[in-house]
Amino acid sequence: MAVDMNMNVLIVDDYKTMLRILRNLLKQLNFNNIEDATDGSMALEVLRTKDIGMVISDWNMEPMTGIQLLREVRGDDKLKHLPFIMITAESKSENVIAAKEAGVSNYIVKPFNAETLKSKITSVLGEF
Amino acid sequence: MPTAKKTATRVTKPVKKAVAKKSAEKKAAAKKVGTTKARKAARVVGKVMKSVKGKAPKTSDLFAELEALAKYIQDAKKEIAALSPDEVKEDFLPTASGELDAIIEATADATNLIMDSTEIIEEVMSGLKGKNADQLMAATTSIYEACGFQDITGQRITKVVSTLKEIEEKVDDLVAVFAGNSTSQAKNSKKKAASKGKKEITDEDLLNGPQASEQAKSQAEIDALLASFD
Repeated sequence: MAVDMNMNVLIVDDYKTMLRILRNLLKQLNFNNIEDATDGSMALEVLRTKDIGMVISDWNMEPMTGIQLLREVRGDDKLKHLPFIMITAESKSENVIAAKEAGVSNYIVKPFNAETLKSKITSVLGEF
Repeated sequence: MPTAKKTATRVTKPVKKAVAKKSAEKKAAAKKVGTTKARKAARVVGKVMKSVKGKAPKTSDLFAELEALAKYIQDAKKEIAALSPDEVKEDFLPTASGELDAIIEATADATNLIMDSTEIIEEVMSGLKGKNADQLMAATTSIYEACGFQDITGQRITKVVSTLKEIEEKVDDLVAVFAGNSTSQAKNSKKKAASKGKKEITDEDLLNGPQASEQAKSQAEIDALLASFD
């Protein structure tokens, strides 16, 4: 099935510049609708009020971290199947394992490039 | 008929005598054991003295050493007091934190300016087609990727700031020790002991920020780790 490039993609990061970078890179990949949030709790609000097709979230945020957001998403009947990509500077094995155990769809380590972003989105949504 | 009291007195006297005799025997035995122990101890001390003969310091030497040690501690106290821990805590550390925050702000401003310009290039580029458009697209993508440095350096600087805060706590401890108040030191020791005793990895343990490049896992290593779950 073709990927709907008009789906709402939610990007979550407490660094505004990173949100802007992600937004621009996603636009270059032809995603047209991008929502953003600066921490997990704000992201949850967006997820519960808007129809989101994929989440790309940072880990290290306050007050709600990316891993807490992921657990909330996987614990919510309406959201539990949502594709969720973690994009973070946390590169320790225990982080990757914790994210996988919490149900992450894929994991990108910062600094990243557009090619990695595209390949991880493809592995989660399919070719686009 | 003898009274109960008289009977009791008659019975008690020989018992008291017997008890006294037994107690004397016990004391004598204990003395003997004590003497034996003392003799053994004396033998051991004698052997030790023999073995260290010529090496053991004289009492006067020990006093001199202790005096020197006490003076050394006093001098160290004076030197640390001269460092003005309050100044370090109230002036130097906040200044350093402020400077680091300013670096984050400046790099964020610069990154946003770069992205403003890149977005303008993209707008102009949308009217182009062919090889030029592709080249410009590749260039703008590279610029966006490179702008990621601000996020990474920002996180690294935040790490340094939290290290400075830890140093501030240590300075607090130092001040408390010299003021004869060990409460905060005890608090910190308890905190450390509690964290040492932790076995499960908590969410807090997983917030480390960017790793040093030689320690950080590459995307390929992370992919392999994720794949191992399948």
